Amino acid sequence: MNDLTINITDKSYLNSTDKTSKQVVKDLQLNLANNEFVCLVGPSGCGKTTLLNILAGLDTDFSGNISLNENHKAPKVGYVFQNPRLLPWRTVQENIELASEEKIETLDFLLESMGLATEKDTFPAHLSLGMSRRVAIIRAFAIDPDLLLMDEPFVSLDPPTARQAQQLLIDLWSKRPHKVLFVTHDLREAITLADRLIFLNSNPMSVITEIPVAIPRKERLDEAKIEQFRQQLFIDYPEITALL
Amino acid sequence: MGFIYRRSILTLLSISAFLALWHGLAWYLNAETLPPPFTVAKVLMTEIQSGQLTHHLSKTLYRLSISFSIAMLLGCAIGIVLGRHKKLDHFLDNWLVIFLNIPALVTIILCYVWFGLTETAAILAVVINKLPNVIVTIREGARALDTELLDMAKCYRFSKRKTLRHVIWPQLHPFVMAATRSGLALIWKIVLVVEMLGRSDGMGYQLHLFFQLFDVASILAYTVAFVTLIQGIELLILKPLDKHAQRWRR
Repeated sequence: MNDLTINITDKSYLNSTDKTSKQVVKDLQLNLANNEFVCLVGPSGCGKTTLLNILAGLDTDFSGNISLNENHKAPKVGYVFQNPRLLPWRTVQENIELASEEKIETLDFLLESMGLATEKDTFPAHLSLGMSRRVAIIRAFAIDPDLLLMDEPFVSLDPPTARQAQQLLIDLWSKRPHKVLFVTHDLREAITLADRLIFLNSNPMSVITEIPVAIPRKERLDEAKIEQFRQQLFIDYPEITALL
Repeated sequence: MGFIYRRSILTLLSISAFLALWHGLAWYLNAETLPPPFTVAKVLMTEIQSGQLTHHLSKTLYRLSISFSIAMLLGCAIGIVLGRHKKLDHFLDNWLVIFLNIPALVTIILCYVWFGLTETAAILAVVINKLPNVIVTIREGARALDTELLDMAKCYRFSKRKTLRHVIWPQLHPFVMAATRSGLALIWKIVLVVEMLGRSDGMGYQLHLFFQLFDVASILAYTVAFVTLIQGIELLILKPLDKHAQRWRR
């Protein structure tokens, strides 16, 4: 398996009313090692979702190149969108199975570990937002992705549910490691989850700094450790304070 | 349960009131041109027993179902394509407007003139009348498709067939049902005119005959049969279909 290298020289949006174009991304270079969990942290509206859409192949209108080819085969991309984006007319199980080309051996295990075992045949309209988000996460995991993109998947969840979902995410990821690109504006969340933090600024988006998270994974349940790391970050890198 | 019971009582009452009103009016006018419900029912029974009504009704029903199926299939396909392709839509939009505004009678006459007084011409005339309506309705639906879900399908590499079946079709369903309902209402009116002008069987032909004889009782008897049939289609086919497709809603 290869690293993922992202090199976007320019991504602009054309404003159709006054014919001006707005540059969202300029000379962005990112590198993801195999099985690395990377969190992108930046102000909202800085183009993180645009970046994920480019990586997912949903947006091809940009200059630059993305090399994530593995043996000349297009990589499988799992994408957890900001909204769950479940098909409302299909049950939980159908939603997960439709996304996957093969039969999912681990479906029951995944549902069980996300606390959704009893909701297999439920339609998404009957789920809470937190549950829908978990279904979307299972859907992304179930395809056994080479690259997992997550766009603020835990935003607007209440703190206990969010913590639980984070823990499950890490559990699943350690069982079946792959590259993860996780977008968030919550620094604590980023520190809890990531191997490496990448700070971005906006207009146009570019990398400010990259910081590896040195806390061993076992110790990350300790919130004091996370908080201590966060405070240290603000001292060591004062330029990131403006982003958050 | 009590609610349904009360509603069916209400339905019964309203139909009885309608019949009473009709009867009262017929009795008051005492004219050949408005026979009372009882006379119409008697005519209806004789027509059914003689097999006349069944024969003509089934002919009409046959034309209705063939032309309806063709119009719906073609209309859905074209509507989806136009809803998803802006340029093509711009180009063909004017054609649609033209076809929408050609009077039904003109299409029917032209079809008979060009293709002769044949079954094909009759069905073609109905299809051409109905098709633009289906296209416009389905196009509306295809334009309003949820791009977030389409992106999701693209990202998870849904095949074209999978996308159509699981992502696009359920969203179009309300529009298809709307096209079906308005379509049935439109088509059965047009079918009668088509039959009246160029066929030697079917409801339209019979009605034309009764008109020449001034036989209002028979005209009303055939109308009752037709209305009952269309209601039957609504209750036995369309409603259950709707219910099944809407089961995911809260």
